[in-house]
Amino acid sequence: MATFDFLEIRHLHIDYDNLDQELLNEVIREEPSFQWCISCGCCTATCSAGNHTTFNIRRISLILRRGEVEGLEEELKKCMLCGKCTLVCPRDIQLRNVVMNIKKIILKKKTA
Amino acid sequence: MIRDPNFQYPFLIGTIFLFAYLIIRVILWYIKLSKYDKLRFIHFWKTKSVWAAIRDSVADGLLHLSIFKKNPLLGYMHMSLAFGWFLLIVMGHLEVIADRHSLNFPFYYAVFYRYYQPHPDFAGAKVFGAVMDFLLLIILSGVALAIIKRIRKQIFGMKRTTRLKTFDKIALASLWLIFPLRLLAESLSAAYYHNGSFMSNTLGEWFIQNVRVSAIYDLSWWLYSCSLGFFFIALPFSRYMHIPTEIVFIFLRHAGIMPKKYWNSYAQIQMYSCSRCGICLDACQLYEAGVSNVQSVYFLQFIRNNENVDKSLFGCIICGRCQEACPVHINLNDLRTALRIKASKPLTFSYEYTQKALQQKAGIIYFAGCMTHLTPQIKFSMRRIFDFLGDNVWFMDKDKSICCGAPLMLAGQYDSASQLIQKNTELIMASGAKTLILSCPICYKAFREDYVLPGISIKFHAVYLNEMIRQGRLPKINLGFKTIYHDPCALGRGSKIYDQPRYVIDSYSQRIRLKKEKAEALCCGAGLGAINLPIEAKNKVTFEAMSYFARFKPNALITACPLCKKTFARDRRIPVLDIAELTARAIDEYVNEQKKTVRETRLIES
Ligand code: SF4
Ligand code: SF4
Ligand code: SF4
Ligand code: SF4
Repeated sequence: MATFDFLEIRHLHIDYDNLDQELLNEVIREEPSFQWCISCGCCTATCSAGNHTTFNIRRISLILRRGEVEGLEEELKKCMLCGKCTLVCPRDIQLRNVVMNIKKIILKKKTA
Repeated sequence: MIRDPNFQYPFLIGTIFLFAYLIIRVILWYIKLSKYDKLRFIHFWKTKSVWAAIRDSVADGLLHLSIFKKNPLLGYMHMSLAFGWFLLIVMGHLEVIADRHSLNFPFYYAVFYRYYQPHPDFAGAKVFGAVMDFLLLIILSGVALAIIKRIRKQIFGMKRTTRLKTFDKIALASLWLIFPLRLLAESLSAAYYHNGSFMSNTLGEWFIQNVRVSAIYDLSWWLYSCSLGFFFIALPFSRYMHIPTEIVFIFLRHAGIMPKKYWNSYAQIQMYSCSRCGICLDACQLYEAGVSNVQSVYFLQFIRNNENVDKSLFGCIICGRCQEACPVHINLNDLRTALRIKASKPLTFSYEYTQKALQQKAGIIYFAGCMTHLTPQIKFSMRRIFDFLGDNVWFMDKDKSICCGAPLMLAGQYDSASQLIQKNTELIMASGAKTLILSCPICYKAFREDYVLPGISIKFHAVYLNEMIRQGRLPKINLGFKTIYHDPCALGRGSKIYDQPRYVIDSYSQRIRLKKEKAEALCCGAGLGAINLPIEAKNKVTFEAMSYFARFKPNALITACPLCKKTFARDRRIPVLDIAELTARAIDEYVNEQKKTVRETRLIES
């Protein structure tokens, strides 16, 4: 029988013991409301950039929580900072500030 | 009879330093202006605006009439100090001229006149003496007010006092001391020679009975001179730099120099012109909502002191209420935006992905913008209106909306905003349209200020509706409700459009007049300028504004901004309608009535 092993496909694993949550924590420090996200997806539904591409602002917060920070910078270039997401969020999360801060922190890390 | 000719040196050194510094400063400012601004400034001297500038310099620089109108006590304080001192200098010189019948005397002579001239016996000496005493009294009352204001501010009221720099402290202390010391010195003179008037002579008599005058006489003149010298030397490095800067600012403003998106010497001049009167504090709704570090007076202070400004720079809504209230007329909104751009590292954004909307040829373009898409009733209403009018309108961002760029600009991301501006410009120019209609005032302001669209008239929907009503193409009909109009920040204060929306609303409803309206209208709290403002503060602003409206018990709150609508609608006390929705309702009502009359006439005929 061919090996059928969930543990083989390492790149799909989230290792909760070894998460890199530094970026997440820094963002939450700057914009505390971010910790209340319930991943409802309202922000994505209304997103101006999401209307053109597969850009998914809700996924950004998921990715951050999982510590998968590569590719984040590229993805976030698509946001137009229009603020619709902030207005529809049922948990009053200031997503514009979240986006700004993720970008700022990544830039700071890169130039440091 | 001149006893000690040396005490004038501190004063002399201070004055010479101050003038040299100011001349160099002004030259540097001028050099750093852009080429066109220089040309504007040179041309300005040939125009009548010079007189307006001089008038404003006197009215605001000396008399402080603008502050006076806003807060009489504060105005009196500034006026007594500035204008009082000015008159004291002028009268002092006139007195010496009257005494000596010549203009040939060192200019400090007038400052220490009571010392140099113990026996003024020329004609009118008594009158001059009384006038000088009176002026000094006025100034002293101003100083007393300033001291009370400073102390009281710390005891109650003021949630945060700005940290004074060393030079501020020196300047403040010497300014407060100058006039009491002058009074002391002149009174001691009067004690010896009786050469003063009602105030100094009386005080002099008291001194002669209670103090050994000879022991402190020279010292008092030395101290007076030193306080002047210290003040003049500290002035350029303290907040009192606003006194000379404001005059420069008034002249540049009248020369038609406009604030730019980048930080330049005009912006710097504006920053130094702030007199820290604190009037902007009362205007700011955030102050009541518990945020006390973003207000203009503080933020300008932080910038001048090179403190960390991130929170105070990006936490403000840029609603413009403080700009409207500022007696110095500083362009606070533009200053903030320019500073944000200056303070922000470019965070790369890239919009290569945007697909080109299907290009269409049309005479009129309608651009809804992100926020209108968020409040679909507004865009449906616009479509209803266009259908009724039968105009050929291309709804440019019907499916795939891209942003106008204003939110990025407000966040200080100039380059990224320019990308969006570029994309929209291409689309609009290719359509061959003559008119661009917008239903969001934030877009409208951006299109007017940041876009270059030759040959295209940019119209806000309320202005367009107003035109249509006046041309008789839209019906006038009373829908029978009582309304309140809320001026959106970007439309009212931002674009100075106040009357057209009111006319439209008056055509359909009974509008209640408010006290806080037009330039003093409240902000909804959700303006896109606020980047890192806590949501609690925003909600508080919204709640307070809505509470204000609710007092008037209207049937509907009419606004002309999708963002205001979205924000206010969350508070369910008053139904909120955009002006386009109101118009669309009126059209429906009108059409229904037409149908009814047609049916009725048919019934009668058959
Ligand atoms: S709308 Fe708010 S709560 Fe929902 S996913 Fe987006 S950020 Fe999270
Ligand atoms: S601000 Fe960015 S993420 Fe939010 S709706 Fe606009 S484009 Fe989407
Ligand atoms: S910004 Fe204007 S209103 Fe505010 S303190 Fe300065 S001068 Fe006064
Ligand atoms: S622009 Fe508005 S929010 Fe900002 S400081 Fe002025 S009044 Fe306050």
